[in-house]
Amino acid sequence: MAPNIGSKVILDRSGLDRLIADLRGRGYRVIGPVLADSAVIYDEIQSAADLPAGCRDDSEAGTYRLDQTGEPWLFGYTLGVQGWKRHLYPPRQRLFRAERGERGFRLLDDQEVEAPLALLGVRACELAAIQVLDGVFDHEGFTEPGYLRRRQNAFIVAVECGHAAATCFCASADTGPAVGQGYDLRLNEIAGQGNWLFVAEAGSEKGLAVLAELPSRPASPDQIAAAAAQPQQAASQQSRQLKDDAARVLAVSTESPYWDKVAERCLTCGNCTMVCPTCFCTSVEDVTDLAGDIAERWRRWDSCFTLDYSYIHGGNVRSKAASRYRQWITHKLATWHHQFGRSGCVGCGRCIAWCPVGIDITAEVRALADAERGR
Amino acid sequence: MAQPKKPKLAVWKFSSCDGCQLSLLDCEMELLAISEAVDIAYFLEATRRVKKGPYDISLVEGSITTAHDAERIKEVRRLSGTLITIGACATAGGIQALRNFKDVKGFIDRVYAHPEFIDTLSTSTAIADHVPVDFELRGCPINKAQLLELINATLNGRKPNVPRHAECVECKTQGTTCVVVAKGEPCLGPVVQAGCGNLCPQHGRGCYGCFGPMESPNTAALAARFAALGLDRRDIERQFRSYNANAPAFREESEAHDQPSRS
Repeated sequence: MAPNIGSKVILDRSGLDRLIADLRGRGYRVIGPVLADSAVIYDEIQSAADLPAGCRDDSEAGTYRLDQTGEPWLFGYTLGVQGWKRHLYPPRQRLFRAERGERGFRLLDDQEVEAPLALLGVRACELAAIQVLDGVFDHEGFTEPGYLRRRQNAFIVAVECGHAAATCFCASADTGPAVGQGYDLRLNEIAGQGNWLFVAEAGSEKGLAVLAELPSRPASPDQIAAAAAQPQQAASQQSRQLKDDAARVLAVSTESPYWDKVAERCLTCGNCTMVCPTCFCTSVEDVTDLAGDIAERWRRWDSCFTLDYSYIHGGNVRSKAASRYRQWITHKLATWHHQFGRSGCVGCGRCIAWCPVGIDITAEVRALADAERGR
Repeated sequence: MAQPKKPKLAVWKFSSCDGCQLSLLDCEMELLAISEAVDIAYFLEATRRVKKGPYDISLVEGSITTAHDAERIKEVRRLSGTLITIGACATAGGIQALRNFKDVKGFIDRVYAHPEFIDTLSTSTAIADHVPVDFELRGCPINKAQLLELINATLNGRKPNVPRHAECVECKTQGTTCVVVAKGEPCLGPVVQAGCGNLCPQHGRGCYGCFGPMESPNTAALAARFAALGLDRRDIERQFRSYNANAPAFREESEAHDQPSRS
């Protein structure tokens, strides 16, 4: 019996391999979790053998460790080091290339055609982050064609979390751990008898067409219950929380003396913005060949923590670390609402784990609230 | 279009190992294009044939360690249009600036059979401490791609794309996993200027700081993190006291952890 949208079926391990092969056969470049050095990252995969079997990550503020559990879970880790942003909105993008002509410049149309992306292993917070970027890159008449093209062509295989890292706070950010809408396929990796299985469900016609090609069988009530229990368990493991009134706290804290306290620790290195799945700021650079006959314009990721980023005709408007940290967290949690109608934070906790000195966005909001109350 | 006169390029050496000049010769494929774009008028590492100044662009390698060099750099400045310093020696005094923290006369007496032949200053200092400099290109050695970009931008009258942000931006851009967070390795990356192509972190070890302090280095916060990772005062002092030891931010941080002299 062919599955419908929303009906739950069982794929076994070979079914997952078939899924990856099928997506590749349809012309997708399949990106999924892989073990690289000492961490899980998202990179191109050829088959399920590339997935990080048995890997489990443990994060705390400023610390990430990956353990090999010996168990064969393929999606036992929580999150890749960086989100899907680097695939949907790459760190360096060429905007155009031009050649000097007799009169002025001629634009060269030699952009490479990119294969559509299939993203395998998208977590709930990450799907939310992609939806945040959708709002950024198609906003009040401003559209970012490269992102929107990659996004529109992408096939999303979400995999729900069965456990949370210590840095996770998606439950309090209202983005997870349960995967809501916006996926083509949703998987839960559950324990079967002596093996591991996936409860699979299509969320779109595109997903249904792929799922219908795979060997599957209807899921039993027990298997459906096991899948449904996973995000509940992941939520119950989360101890970090983002305060409900974070936007209000930041709005009244612009002149708080507490910013100087954060600045004592903040390295202004930009790591938080680089790993944040919704930070989207970039700089544009022009390059030429030596003769000046060929010019290219490149866009690269930048950060509100760099001085060049906030350099405006003759000076930097945020020269102090305090003002740069304030800018970042205030935009992320407060003014993002005004700009895009929602929070810019999805609760993935990457900025906490990958800050070299472990500055914790949830703790900083609490400290600002305490400082505000104490004044 | 009439071919404009080629700008004259000079390459100068002060106290240094020549590695940064070699980066120019190491440009290989691009070297031909460079020699077509500029008139290489003074470059003793490459050719004995020299043309008289003035020079449109001067690349200066090395630090000032003798009274003679302190005078010679003024002459180089006088002869040069755009003066660009290249490498940690020229921009911060280099590894030889370790002398600045010690008694140079003591070294000379111990090392040389005839100390009376040695005529040196007690410090090694950056070129910019002696004459105005138009651009400082960091690194020990400098990065070939950045050198090409700088020459290119200078010839084309545009701003060079040589960011002054932290090495971390380069690591994250290239997808290199942070060694501080994932391994507990001490790494200077958060306080060091990008540009090397994250050579060390991509091989799983911490940044040595070859490119000197980034634009807003919070060395005290990083030193506190090093201490939490188990480094003692001496380890932390040494982290900041290498190729760019005399760069002000690194000098101050290493001095904050300096052990009392036990001589």
